[in-house]
Amino acid sequence: MSSPIFEKSLPSSANIHQHRLSNGLTVLIRENFANPSVVFDASFRAGGIFNQRKQAGLANFVSRSLMRGTQHYSFEQINEKIETIGASLGTSSGLHFAGFSGKCLAEDLEGLLALSAEVIRRPTFPDEQVELLRREALTGLARRAHNTQAIAALNADELLFGQEHPYGFSGSGYPETISAMTRQDLQNFHARHYAPQGCVLVIVGAIAHQQAVAWAEQFFGDWENPSAPEIVLPADVAPPAQVVRKFYPIPGKTQSDIIINFLGPRRSAPDFQAARLANSVLGQFGMMGRVGDIIRIKQGLAYYVYSSLTARFGQGDWSIGAGVNPKNVEKAIESALHEVRRMTTELITEQELADNKSYFMGSLPLQLETNEGVCGSISNLFVYQLGFDYLLNLPNLLNQITREEVLSAAQKYLTPEHCVITIAGSE
Amino acid sequence: MSSIANITRTTLKNGLTVIIKELHTAPVATFWIWYRVGSRNEPTGRTGISHWVEHMQFKGTETFPGDEVDKEVSRNGGQWNAMTSLDWTTYYQTLPADKIDLALRLEADRMVNSLYKPDEVESERTVIVSERQGAENDPFFLLSQEVEATAFRIHPYHHQVLGDPIDIETISRADLYQHYRTYYCPNNAIAVLVGAVDTQQALARIEALFGNIPAGNLPTPFVRTEPPQRGEKRVEIVGDGETQYLIVAYHGPSANDPDFFPMIVLESALSGPGSLNQFGGESSNRTSRLYKALVSSGLAATVGGGLYATVDPYLYSLYAIPVSEVNVEKLVSVIDQEIERISTELISPAELAKLHKQAKAAFAFSAESVSNLGYWYGFSEILADYSWFTQFLTRLEAVTAEDVLRVAKQYLRRENRVVGTYLAQGANSSEEID
Repeated sequence: MSSPIFEKSLPSSANIHQHRLSNGLTVLIRENFANPSVVFDASFRAGGIFNQRKQAGLANFVSRSLMRGTQHYSFEQINEKIETIGASLGTSSGLHFAGFSGKCLAEDLEGLLALSAEVIRRPTFPDEQVELLRREALTGLARRAHNTQAIAALNADELLFGQEHPYGFSGSGYPETISAMTRQDLQNFHARHYAPQGCVLVIVGAIAHQQAVAWAEQFFGDWENPSAPEIVLPADVAPPAQVVRKFYPIPGKTQSDIIINFLGPRRSAPDFQAARLANSVLGQFGMMGRVGDIIRIKQGLAYYVYSSLTARFGQGDWSIGAGVNPKNVEKAIESALHEVRRMTTELITEQELADNKSYFMGSLPLQLETNEGVCGSISNLFVYQLGFDYLLNLPNLLNQITREEVLSAAQKYLTPEHCVITIAGSE
Repeated sequence: MSSIANITRTTLKNGLTVIIKELHTAPVATFWIWYRVGSRNEPTGRTGISHWVEHMQFKGTETFPGDEVDKEVSRNGGQWNAMTSLDWTTYYQTLPADKIDLALRLEADRMVNSLYKPDEVESERTVIVSERQGAENDPFFLLSQEVEATAFRIHPYHHQVLGDPIDIETISRADLYQHYRTYYCPNNAIAVLVGAVDTQQALARIEALFGNIPAGNLPTPFVRTEPPQRGEKRVEIVGDGETQYLIVAYHGPSANDPDFFPMIVLESALSGPGSLNQFGGESSNRTSRLYKALVSSGLAATVGGGLYATVDPYLYSLYAIPVSEVNVEKLVSVIDQEIERISTELISPAELAKLHKQAKAAFAFSAESVSNLGYWYGFSEILADYSWFTQFLTRLEAVTAEDVLRVAKQYLRRENRVVGTYLAQGANSSEEID
């Protein structure tokens, strides 16, 4: 990061070409002619946040259906178009956004962008494909029901946010919601929520920005859907009144999974970076941070143990996870909570503060090595409204963080007397 | 010293193979060290020892104490990890290029100076038990384990890299240390450096750090060749859950066999470009014959294949997960029909052309990441030499439809395979799904 050459190569307002189509879609391009490939990524306001629990999984089902047939192409034709050029194109959906992403040789970009516009704008949801997807989804959910990690995590979110809260139920849905979804539901959701305004298409790689803009205009420029709703964030929830602990039996498992779940900051919260630093100290830095040091290295209880902070538009969550033998569940929870209490009662050391700042800055070149890394980073700058010079300013932002701020963020969010603990495994 | 595609390859006096590739597209560098030791070198009673040694190599030396070494890499913004496989064990660090010297010093040091403290051997024993128990939670692991054990009665590819639980319980500190000292020596290793470095400076630095490590006395390789299989073998696992799993594994050629490249083409047409995806591609397999026959037809939720490049002949494995109301034997019969077709009819020019384009794209994508290139140069050296990777496209383009037909007939025979099924006790009984 100290190198001026690297600073010059960071995505910033100086090298991100910005263009706004008349329909409100923002196109961001970063040229990179070092390799002959291009990646792109688009996000639309069509995530699971627009679903109620009784329709859990709808946004995801819609996203998975987009490539199953369009006005001009069948599922088979779409796949032939992608695979014959060695490219990839996929659709995905998350809590707030849904979108598409692709990768190809620069020589094939025009065709792949045209196809992306076709699948996102003109899907037909053929009955037969919807039924195939439904069966695949139900098989996936049957597998999930026997996956200790998935069940512990799923229920940890539900207990923390509540059954009806869009952060509390599953984005992939449940057997009963997936079984009940109709083709009409899919069509309606698509028609209502997929729209260009306020959304972003990022293109990174061996393509001149003028050409990329021309294609974006050509394929997306005449797309209008002005009545699509904006995201309304759900109200924040309060931490549980006490520790909520629940066990989910899954027969035949040799290992149990534990999740300890706390509420976390929004991405826009002033203390987000301090909380991120606390999370790194607790369960990321080196070999899985302090919890890794005690639970894996010293006690030898777990192959994996970590702390993970999920920041989003709305309230985030902060969780500690571990996979352990059923007989070690209590000891692992006790050790993890001990480390949580330490985070909330003692300042981290000067060394830890310096180390983690250095880690955050030092790892940027690795994150930004590939076109995918740059593309994802630019997309985040836009979506979270961080400003295109955010990465240039990051050293200052990090340097200002004090040990007291880290302690205060830990105290605010890590509340060991008010958390959710889920355990999934054999009895 | 030789140089192809601007790759410098040389061997130090102590036998260490060194490969350096300058790549200045991003300010990063990666350093990999590969040892020719894996689960194939493990006798009965010490299965899993190569993997455990890999874990112990993170426990530190006098110069780089264990709890400091992770932090040192992190505070420099680096990533590091290690992998153990059938034929090899490898360690890598990817760092900002101006910090890569740390990786060179770490690896030179732990090639000889790891401590293997008895209390750390014991705490790592339970970590490995936990790693294995986590793997056993997955029905697919349980089934793969049985299929591989059934396919290899003689050859050490029969056991899992993680080792058998009884051996994890009984391997001693002395066993581990001996394994380490036997196989971790420069004449059994390959060092690969890729990234924004200067080749001559880097080579001088590697010579300075590694050049004085004495060569070791490697044991004569003890490999028990697997005899030809004389009939289809079947293995069944019964377990919890609602989902059935299928693996159909054919004995295949080694990576150095002339048949290996035709097998890659065969794999691509039948189950999708799996081997190519390992180069950094992300192609889906939805135009492959088995996807169309099994998934598009509504019988399976997923299907795929894996052809592994190995020193000795290993397996080409097909796997599938039926949707809830379909019996796993139905999938076997559909696979048989597709195998029959590919063993009697030439694949189409369009299928060949598609594969060539996929390979070209996958290779272009692979060059974007120094870590990816470091992996492939080293891996290729383990199998043959780095030209196995650099010549990959040329060799693939030389494969004809007749070659594919020939290898299909030779390898995809019923008597040459193991069929493994995981039968879920709760299958077809889910009221929620019906």
